[in-house]
Amino acid sequence: MATTEILKTTNLQKSFSGIIAAEDINISVKEGEIIGIIGANGAGKTVFVNMITGYLKPTSGSIEFNGKNITGIKPREATHIGVCRSFQVSQVFMSMTVKQNLMIAMSLSKKSGSALLDPINDDILSKECDKILKQYNIIKQKDLVVSTLSQGMRKLLDIAMAVVGNPKILLLDEPTSGVSVEEKFGIMDIVISALKESGTTVLFVEHDMEIVERYVDRVMAFYQGQIICDAPPKQALKDKKVIQYVLG
Amino acid sequence: MFKGILKEQTIQVGIGFVFIVVLLGTFILPEWMSNNFMYGLSRGLAVLGLMILWRTNLVSFGHALYYGFGAYAVAIAQKYLGVTDVFLRILIAIAAAGLLGFVLGFILRRYREIFFAMLSLAFSMVLYGLLAKAEFLGSTDGMSISPSTMFGFELGRFGLFYFIGFVVILSLIFAHAYLRSSLGHLTTAIMDNEIRVEYLGYSVEKAIHIKYVISACLAGGAGGLMAAALGQVDPDSMVLWSVSGELVFVTIMAGLGNILAPFVGAIFFEFIRTYAYEFAPQAWQMIIGGTLLAIIFFLPGGLWSLFQKINPFKKEKK
Amino acid sequence: MQFLITVLLDGLIYASYLFIVSLGLTITFGVMKILNVAHGGFFAWGAYLASISIIYLGDNEYNSFLYYFAIFLSAIIVGLFFGYIIEKFILRKMYNEDIHLIVLATFGLFWILEDLILHVFGVDPLMPYYPAMELGGIEVGGIFQGVYSLTLAGLAIIVAFICWYFLKKTKYGKVLQSVIFDREVSVSMGINVTKVYLITFIIGGMLGALGGAYIAPTISVSPGFAIDVVVMSFAVVVIGGMGSVPGALIGSLIVGLVRAFAVHQAPILELFIIYAIMAIVLIIKPEGLFAPPKPRKI
Ligand SMILES: Nc1ncnc2c1ncn2[C@@H]1O[C@H](COP(=O)(O)OP(=O)(O)OP(=O)(O)O)[C@@H](O)[C@H]1O
Ligand SMILES: [Mg+2]
Repeated sequence: MATTEILKTTNLQKSFSGIIAAEDINISVKEGEIIGIIGANGAGKTVFVNMITGYLKPTSGSIEFNGKNITGIKPREATHIGVCRSFQVSQVFMSMTVKQNLMIAMSLSKKSGSALLDPINDDILSKECDKILKQYNIIKQKDLVVSTLSQGMRKLLDIAMAVVGNPKILLLDEPTSGVSVEEKFGIMDIVISALKESGTTVLFVEHDMEIVERYVDRVMAFYQGQIICDAPPKQALKDKKVIQYVLG
Repeated sequence: MFKGILKEQTIQVGIGFVFIVVLLGTFILPEWMSNNFMYGLSRGLAVLGLMILWRTNLVSFGHALYYGFGAYAVAIAQKYLGVTDVFLRILIAIAAAGLLGFVLGFILRRYREIFFAMLSLAFSMVLYGLLAKAEFLGSTDGMSISPSTMFGFELGRFGLFYFIGFVVILSLIFAHAYLRSSLGHLTTAIMDNEIRVEYLGYSVEKAIHIKYVISACLAGGAGGLMAAALGQVDPDSMVLWSVSGELVFVTIMAGLGNILAPFVGAIFFEFIRTYAYEFAPQAWQMIIGGTLLAIIFFLPGGLWSLFQKINPFKKEKK
Repeated sequence: MQFLITVLLDGLIYASYLFIVSLGLTITFGVMKILNVAHGGFFAWGAYLASISIIYLGDNEYNSFLYYFAIFLSAIIVGLFFGYIIEKFILRKMYNEDIHLIVLATFGLFWILEDLILHVFGVDPLMPYYPAMELGGIEVGGIFQGVYSLTLAGLAIIVAFICWYFLKKTKYGKVLQSVIFDREVSVSMGINVTKVYLITFIIGGMLGALGGAYIAPTISVSPGFAIDVVVMSFAVVVIGGMGSVPGALIGSLIVGLVRAFAVHQAPILELFIIYAIMAIVLIIKPEGLFAPPKPRKI
């Protein structure tokens, strides 16, 4: 197995008018790893994801992706180089149908320049789109307007829209929040197996420890903006500090 | 980009509509009525421009900037370069407005909602302030436009009408091609969620800029056609904020549902204005204001939604 | 020197009058988030109602004190009457609509108010010059200046003071400010926002009407004269910061002085310069020079 380092942060820090939301974040992620990010509410998990994907500019420190410094890039530049994400609160196009959502995502990732002026309803793309909708189990809802969908389905669509960009590394912010307990594992099975197949590196934020245990290779535990534990799940979930500050 | 576009229903209906309007206007109706059709078709272009912007929830309260700029470009080209050829006229109007839109677009693309509306208003009033005082352009009296020619021959009223129809059809095809494209679909997407569009890898500002220039070109074209049709340009009836207000009004009256709606709406507006002015000269503003309120309250989808209910082409959804 | 005094006087007088009108506009925007084009209608109605009252009083040689009474009464009546009707029966039904639609509705209302004037007051210009004539003029630094116009500045100061006192010192003022700051939170605090809106709209309308009523004796009041005032006060409000009271003050001063300077020095720039300032402010500081604070919503 290749063990190249794909993502690395050095002394990453973020503060909002004096309040520190991330501090001394030093991580190293290898290609193909699946990492769970845990931490109590307000621990700084989303801020971390936001910094990596260019939504927030770090106050100091640096982010390297495949050996290239990507600190402070714009979200769309992150997408271009293969750093993609999903959102804690699904960011989808509410007044459009499920299929239209995914079609836009696909055509923006597959086409560029004047090809973007071609009709969006393109047969090849449409077939591929249906395939992905099927894979994510939302094919039945493809003609429904998104605002009528359940939280869980929006989450799936949100993730699917991130995945069609062919990410090298994917950051999922609470992919299973708002999803019913019965659906949770179903969703994660779908997502993780699809991503494993393509060798994508995944970092996902998760509150449910059962899910963390089942899917991840490594856990990063956040507390008050810092990483208090970075270890394989078995070890991390028994860690004293983790038990006290995250699980307790 | 234009592949198979003539097979699309919207375009076929649109071409049919323009043909009917032009035929009615040139052969059947008396001149005053036919003028309403001619002006309606021309100004409909500006409304189409506004509609395209509105679909991203950007409403320009100063679109008369481009409408007037296109019209004045025609006047200036005539005065200083002697241009009267109708093809050149429309090209100059579109290019001038498009260029202005391109430049101002770098600023406006950063603005949303009321700020977008207000900045558009400010820009249009800056132009108004300049034109109203520019003596070499006739100040508030404006300038007159000589009859249009084509290949050196005078075009005449009918000829101009055909030409307007031709320009409208081309614009319909172009606008439809844009709106059905991936880029065009970003329209609603941006309105729904800008963050997501950025994360899909496309620059929201760029998409808005493109849309803005298209919209400016359409409004400029409308101004150029109106200058030729009226034989006159002046700041009060082409650049003042109330002109922009009227265009916004027609947009909402027409409805955002279809690219033909702006033309139906603009023609309808010309008719209410003429009739109201004819039969109730003291109350025509009241009639227009009342119509506006009535549409906002009782017909939120605009005239087009009315039309859709009886639309024979509508596909039944199961 | 002479020139400077002329510009200053003209500018301040114009600014005073713009301030009264724009204050109404900015309060309405601040509280209700409505950009009220019909404000020009209030302005015109105030001017007309005051004009016919003043002409009636003057023709019949009533006590000149009554002129001022008529001016204020006109403003109050216009604000109450149209403010009540428009807010209660039209705007109230629209608060959940798109902001652009609301602007458009007020645009329609403006048209209607304009035409109503033709029907009620006729098309001939009115010239209610009595109060201005009575007060005569004085010399200020070698410049002849009508005293009545100068009282406009006094009125503006009084209005500004009342407004400041109301917002900062009274209970209702605090309620209003909390609604301006955050509507949802105010609702949850038990403030009757519907009532606040109605009263705000009426007061805003009264201020617009007062501007028209007070300026009437110095001008010829004729159909369509309100059109320029609408955009001009839009410019003031945008420059100062939409919804900001100090902003309306500063915006009026800027627009008033710059305009006066342009009128006397470079008439060509008269209109252009004001909108150019508006555009520049929007470009550099879109929220306006004195943007009211905003609640943070994450
Ligand atoms: N834009 C912002 N401005 C100011 N403070 C912020 C901002 N975004 C986040 N914060 C603060 O940073 C801290 C970390 O927030 P973050 O959203 O990363 O938490 P989280 O770990 O994702 O929590 P949750 O599980 O609730 O999503 C919080 O105290 C939050 O208030
Ligand atoms: Mg979070």
